[in-house]
Amino acid sequence: MSETVIKCESVYKIFGENAKKMLEESNGNVDAKSFQEKGCIVGVNNASFEVAKGEMLVVMGLSGSGKSTLLRCISRLTDATGGKIFIEGQDLLELNNKELIELRRNKMGMVFQSFALLPHKTVVENIAFPLQIKGTNTEESISRAMEMVKLVGLDGRENYFPRELSGGQQQRVGIARSLAVEPDIWFLDEPFSALDPLIRREMQDEFLRLQEKLQKTIMFITHDFDEALKLADRIAIMKDGIIEQLDTPANIVLNPATEYVRKFTEEVPREKVLIIEDVMDASSKNDLGDLKVSKDEIIENVAEKILTQEKLVGVVDSNNNIVGSIKPSKIIDTVFGGRKNGS
Amino acid sequence: MEYLKKYPKLFQWLFLLIVFFALCFAIDVPETYKFIRGQAEFVKDPNQSVYFFLGKEVRYYAFDVFWRLPPLLGWLPIWINDSLFFLMNEWMPMEFWNEDTQEFKTRPILLQISRNLTAFMTFLIELIREILLGGLETIVAFTSWDFIDAYPWLELPGLPWTIVAAGAAILSYKLSGKGLALFAGLTMIYISIFGQWKPSMQTLSFILVAAPLSFIFGLGLGIAAYKSKRVEKALYPILLVMQTMPQYAVLVPALVLFGVGDHAAVIITMVVAVPPMILLTILGLRAIPPEVIEAGKMSGCTNWQLMLKVLIPTARRDILIGVNQVIMVCFSMAVISAFIGAKGLGFNLLLALNQLNIGLALEAGLCISLIAILLDKMSLAWANKQTDYFGNLTFFQRNKNVIFFAASFVIGIILAYVGTFIFKGSFNYLFEIPHNKGISTADFWNKGVDWIFDTFFVYIKAFNTWLIQDVLQPMRALYLRMPAVATLVLAVGAGYLIGGIRSALVVAALTLFIALSPWWDRALVTLYMATFGVVISCLIGFTVGTLCFQNKKSAAFMLGVCDIFQTFPSFVYLIPVMMLFGITDTSVLIAVIVYATIPATRYTIEGLRSVPVGLHEAATMSGVNKFQRLTKIEFPLAFPHMMLGLNQTIVFALFMVIIGAFIGTEDLGQYILKALSDKNGAGIGLTLGICVAFIGLIFDNLIRTWVGKRKKHLGID
Repeated sequence: MSETVIKCESVYKIFGENAKKMLEESNGNVDAKSFQEKGCIVGVNNASFEVAKGEMLVVMGLSGSGKSTLLRCISRLTDATGGKIFIEGQDLLELNNKELIELRRNKMGMVFQSFALLPHKTVVENIAFPLQIKGTNTEESISRAMEMVKLVGLDGRENYFPRELSGGQQQRVGIARSLAVEPDIWFLDEPFSALDPLIRREMQDEFLRLQEKLQKTIMFITHDFDEALKLADRIAIMKDGIIEQLDTPANIVLNPATEYVRKFTEEVPREKVLIIEDVMDASSKNDLGDLKVSKDEIIENVAEKILTQEKLVGVVDSNNNIVGSIKPSKIIDTVFGGRKNGS
Repeated sequence: MEYLKKYPKLFQWLFLLIVFFALCFAIDVPETYKFIRGQAEFVKDPNQSVYFFLGKEVRYYAFDVFWRLPPLLGWLPIWINDSLFFLMNEWMPMEFWNEDTQEFKTRPILLQISRNLTAFMTFLIELIREILLGGLETIVAFTSWDFIDAYPWLELPGLPWTIVAAGAAILSYKLSGKGLALFAGLTMIYISIFGQWKPSMQTLSFILVAAPLSFIFGLGLGIAAYKSKRVEKALYPILLVMQTMPQYAVLVPALVLFGVGDHAAVIITMVVAVPPMILLTILGLRAIPPEVIEAGKMSGCTNWQLMLKVLIPTARRDILIGVNQVIMVCFSMAVISAFIGAKGLGFNLLLALNQLNIGLALEAGLCISLIAILLDKMSLAWANKQTDYFGNLTFFQRNKNVIFFAASFVIGIILAYVGTFIFKGSFNYLFEIPHNKGISTADFWNKGVDWIFDTFFVYIKAFNTWLIQDVLQPMRALYLRMPAVATLVLAVGAGYLIGGIRSALVVAALTLFIALSPWWDRALVTLYMATFGVVISCLIGFTVGTLCFQNKKSAAFMLGVCDIFQTFPSFVYLIPVMMLFGITDTSVLIAVIVYATIPATRYTIEGLRSVPVGLHEAATMSGVNKFQRLTKIEFPLAFPHMMLGLNQTIVFALFMVIIGAFIGTEDLGQYILKALSDKNGAGIGLTLGICVAFIGLIFDNLIRTWVGKRKKHLGID
């Protein structure tokens, strides 16, 4: 297990007067309804999780589920009402203002749904902004910003103002800005939600490419379940401030923990999400046919090959050792089974 | 009954009007009241009923109270005077070290503060003034008069006008480009060769102190109010009153606190210019999307960096409007503060108007307006300036502006030196063209005015007579005929119908204040003039705005015209109307109409513009023609914004009516003007100002409440 970068222990965020007092009185047993009657709104309710170095945790939930609030607690844009948050072992809530600023200047980057670019600065100035805030001199910050401009593919537009760019281009600036200081932790708050579907897909691919290269620790917020499946190492599904389930995409699809989560998974094309390893039978390794498939293949890619077989199909790891087997009928089961009414 | 249910509001309004008129007819003018002073107000006969209560004389008003409320607030001006006097001369005496006499002296603390403040302001103004015009006060401030006596050559020589002109042009070029540079150069040359150099530079030095200080204070207080709810709550009522307070009215208290001269003018200008700056700063900061603030925080901004590099630049648009307002107010005040002894163009303008030398007034007015426009454009260009990081510039390219300025500096000095040989014994025109020694077109304009008068006298006179006798006087009589109680009922009723109990109470309080002051009748006269101006302004403004809106180019052009007209100091408007109509109420009203038409037009265009394009298309697809689209879609949606325009129109009209007192109207403004020369005028001036402000605030409250509700109803922000 690699080292933990972000660690949350029973984080609460409750809006309203006397929130702190009410939380103490409730002994960690927060009921959103009874709180609402007393004029408090529960944003985040008892969130505990860890994010490892280089891991991408996608927090998924519908609007009002508290996902953005959770992110703002971890970036300390708002102060959590209760619980503890550790960033690389540092207690975030104990930091004074100066230390917090240091942390943000060097460790954190954030991308916003509405891009949040500074309207009076050009593309390159926007990207250089966090560097200049840190005190980097003009020449160095601009040349570094130009590298970022190239990284996100905006060369030639560095002197444009945000108002002169399309939504996708603006978000590229937002991404470049958040990466300019080379942060270890990268927060993305619904970065692609304001974009139209084609651009969104293009940006997702671009984002995966970047992450491949940079290997940041990421918290990614989205309301789009497909996006979550596509990007995530692990997904946290939130509802009414509570994390309903936190697991890998495959496990969420295969074993939804609650009714609420299951509703999301119903429409998901499993063959596109699951890999062979998720559905194979690790116990039986005998009586195999000729065909061997890698355990990391996505089902969709090998389904046709497997379905033409009559015998068990062997599953191998990267070293070509057999780690399990899969029945052709299991493929049909996976793709069509487990859904209500077969729809 | 059906109708009553369908349009209940309409019937409520009708009912209110019926009550109002019934009261008007029912309450007769009491016999003891008589018209006096050119029929401007009623005065109670001294033979009123008097009786004694506990040995004290009590005046008995009884029934008359319905007609006019007793001036119960008559003590207020006197009280203000006394308190001011007490604060200045007796409150908290302290020992202060006196440089001149080298001993401690006991002085009230406020007096000391005021003296220090004025000394500081005087120093700032003198410093800039002496750079532009020459002098030795600044050097004296750092040394002493003895020092100057010992070294008589020590004197700031003042810049030759050629250098200032070149400097202004180069700065404009750096900020904006050739167009503005040309404008700046021509303006300076015009000022110089028309012999307005000295007063212009005096005015400029006044502005260069007043405008930046107002900007800084306004921005600072705006930020403070944005950060702290408590500060905002404390500031808000003051801001509201100051927004509608006529600039005249603050002159007198300033006179008492800070004496006479440029320094008092600067302080009073700040008092007037800071409130709109504060309001616009708050407005701009509030409108920043929260994510931008978060982005700033996540970039690791300290609080200062967040404010200076994220918040203020993002709120730039509104803050710039604030700067524009500050500059506008500063130039307005540059003229008005001539009443309390500020030097410069304003003083010349007032003098010329007083002597009815329209030509001279026109030249001075044009100078002020040109400088105002120039500064406005320069400030705008400065805020929008961009940096080029990638141009591989040579040393010369990077510093060419400095080099050019240095060159023109040297050339200017050489020219001025050469000038001493050319113009031996007379004035050195290459150094500074003295006042009234330049070209003057005053005679031309004066002859023109005479010609207009000779040629059109009959018509102008006929128009004048008709307007005054058949329109204005009956209107004024009608307004004065309104019983106080009826007016109160009307105002409070309107407040209740528009905004419920809260509005009704606010309006009642404001109206009562005016009704209980000794100047109710004057307030009615002010109201009548303002109403007349506002009605006509709105008619013109809405029509012109609607017509211009039909075409994108003409709309943009009209907004530009509004911008420029708005930059003119309010006093300048009096010049052309006096040219045509002489010293009559007609002149004032026409000035009011011209001035108040600006916001009416602007808001109409802006309102119509803000109608979403989607709705246009939806309407077109429903098959409406242009006229239907205007009446069914655009007007209803633009109406709330247009009503805000009405609000501004009322404020502008009130300002101009009060300034019109300079020509000789018989409203509240006349008394404010009188208070200027009154030893105890501070209280009177301030109370009168508050009365005018309250008239504005009554309408402000009603309109804003209505607009707020309407916008909510229409679902537009």
